[in-house]
Amino acid sequence: MNIFSKSTPEIPIATPCKPDGSVWSIKEKLWLGLSRQQYQDQFLRNPVNWLLIAIFAIGVPLILQRYFAGLGSITHASDDYPWGLFLGFGLFGMVPLSASGFLLGTTVEIFGRKDFIPIERLALLNGLLGYFFAVVYLEIDLGMPWRLYYPMFVSLGPAAVLFLVAWHVATYLSVQVAEVSTAYFEWIGWLKGKRFIKSIAVGLTISGIILSTLHQGALGALFTYAPTKIHPLWISTNFQWVHFFCSAIFAGLSMVIVASTLCKNFLTWRCDRRFLDSVDELTLGLGKGCAYALITYLVIKVVGIAHDNDWAHLLTGWGKYFLLEMALAVILPMVLFAYGVKHQKVNMVRWAALISVLGIVWNRLNTSMICFNWQLYREIPHWKEVWVTVTIFALYFIVYRFILYRLPILYQWQGDK
Amino acid sequence: MNIRLNRRGFIQGGLAASAAATVSLAGTTQAATFEGYPDSMGVLVDLSRCVGCRSCEAACNQEQHLPAPEKPFNDFSVFDEMLHGQKRRTDETRYTVVNRYEIPGREHPLYRKIQCNHCQEPACLTSCFVNAYTKTPEGAVIYNPDVCVGCRTCMVACPFYIPTFRYSSAFHPRIMKCVFCYDTRLTKGRPPACVESCPQEALTFGRRTDLLDMARQRIRENPGAYENHIYGEHEAGGTAWMYISPAPFAQVGFDTTVPKEPILNYVKDFLSIVPMVLTIWPALFAGFHLLAKRKETREQQTKNEGEV
Repeated sequence: MNIFSKSTPEIPIATPCKPDGSVWSIKEKLWLGLSRQQYQDQFLRNPVNWLLIAIFAIGVPLILQRYFAGLGSITHASDDYPWGLFLGFGLFGMVPLSASGFLLGTTVEIFGRKDFIPIERLALLNGLLGYFFAVVYLEIDLGMPWRLYYPMFVSLGPAAVLFLVAWHVATYLSVQVAEVSTAYFEWIGWLKGKRFIKSIAVGLTISGIILSTLHQGALGALFTYAPTKIHPLWISTNFQWVHFFCSAIFAGLSMVIVASTLCKNFLTWRCDRRFLDSVDELTLGLGKGCAYALITYLVIKVVGIAHDNDWAHLLTGWGKYFLLEMALAVILPMVLFAYGVKHQKVNMVRWAALISVLGIVWNRLNTSMICFNWQLYREIPHWKEVWVTVTIFALYFIVYRFILYRLPILYQWQGDK
Repeated sequence: MNIRLNRRGFIQGGLAASAAATVSLAGTTQAATFEGYPDSMGVLVDLSRCVGCRSCEAACNQEQHLPAPEKPFNDFSVFDEMLHGQKRRTDETRYTVVNRYEIPGREHPLYRKIQCNHCQEPACLTSCFVNAYTKTPEGAVIYNPDVCVGCRTCMVACPFYIPTFRYSSAFHPRIMKCVFCYDTRLTKGRPPACVESCPQEALTFGRRTDLLDMARQRIRENPGAYENHIYGEHEAGGTAWMYISPAPFAQVGFDTTVPKEPILNYVKDFLSIVPMVLTIWPALFAGFHLLAKRKETREQQTKNEGEV
């Protein structure tokens, strides 16, 4: 019980052996060394869990409704708006937020910035889970979810952008599983596996960069199939893939800042000194990267407008909405990041990160839903669609937390490594 | 626009030239763009002849075994139906729809039939990652429900808003769209059901090239009676179904912003960087890694020397 209070400094189960010298069993590790009763008590004490239970109580029946009564029964997805919130948020929003894995992998393994190691695993895990849950959202949204593997093995359409997305997400998921597995191998005590992954780390990281570049870009390129349907300010067919790739950089870094802030404040008992002592400085480092990516993104957005000669659109109502997005989701976080990094104001950087995370989700929703069919009408998602989206996100949160509680992500495994 | 097209043309030309130079054994060089099967069929729709009788809708419904409509096909109140401020469109129960348009300055309204236009280079086909669509040499764009995953990218890609999805079904969802009566009629050389049912000869079935001649002839021989444009000759890279109209096309519900080139052309920028990233990134980032490592070993060396 005491392990879940901030007052006790020691980290539960960070070593292969108990204090008395005997070895922790996997079962004990899974239960965090607590008895069933103790575990249940700490679970029920946390108000967040009650919120989660409430979300699931309604969300799970809604998901069942989707699978037994069809997509039409819970969504407003229509023939005019084939893609709704499941893809607009779950795929197009979650994937840029999961660019963290390849970004920190590159920083540490390729650029040799070993000082980022304390936060690297969190970024890798964030990437892995984001991708995994993008696939979960896809499984909700696909008309025939049982045919998910068809583009891989049954009927191949290699000239389509979505084919690239499918293959890259699938291979990148495996790469990320391998990258995160080092933490798992430490935890179960299979050091041979860990050493093998370490030996191919550079290769894994480089394939991660390739796959990420291509499919972050491919998600943008998917919209180039609809050059007349999306408002010209949100689509620049020549540059769409670069816009999506570049914005994924600050989105992924910002997401790591947000996740590390949550861990630092609400999961302190699971963090070791190395993480807690370095997280402020690393936040500033990540914030610096965000500021660079944001200014680059701002410039290439302007280049896109200039290249397509969309200036006149800026004077319309859509233009004002676009300028609002640029001001709140790009320029505001950019200024906050830059100022915060320059003056060592860590909390300002953290707020900037939150704003840019929300901003990127807003941008993806704008591209995929709000400014889609701009000459027709607006699609308002069904409340059940919103609820299911929240339910899947809650599941994402639970899995994320479950892993952080156990695997050596925020702390270093003691003993043999 | 022009600059971009020219550059693309230049790149394509350059690629074709280098391909021709390297593969000198190849007897013929493939054209950089696909201009459609030579003998493919099409339909010319003459809006000045359509009276909005909805016979084509009824014929299609019967031919394709679609569910019975809410209102019978002789009920003309459907022309007043609006949903989200839009006139009727294709959906999972109807492959074709006729809408009425009041044209300012014209005594009688015009009627426009919509259905799949059967593009020469269809956006649905090129966006499909499981090859569920086929453009047949006869001109039809057909769909295979057995491999479809239900991602609905084809619906996003179609510039004419034609493919629809059976959202109401949990176990047998599929794309629903006009297939030019491919298996029941087109392969036997017969016109689609809607064309055969038209009492006004507003729809003419024939080889696409012949239809283009016919359309031009009608425009030429009836000065002032038609807009000097054949919708579908170049829209989205050319379509098998084409329209001529006595009123400006935008007033009859046509999207005149649809590009005059295949939708695929807008995607090629991205598709062309894929092999470059795949080949250049490993070298580039391995290089960065080596640079970073070299610095590290150097620092280590100087440190060691200092200790000695």
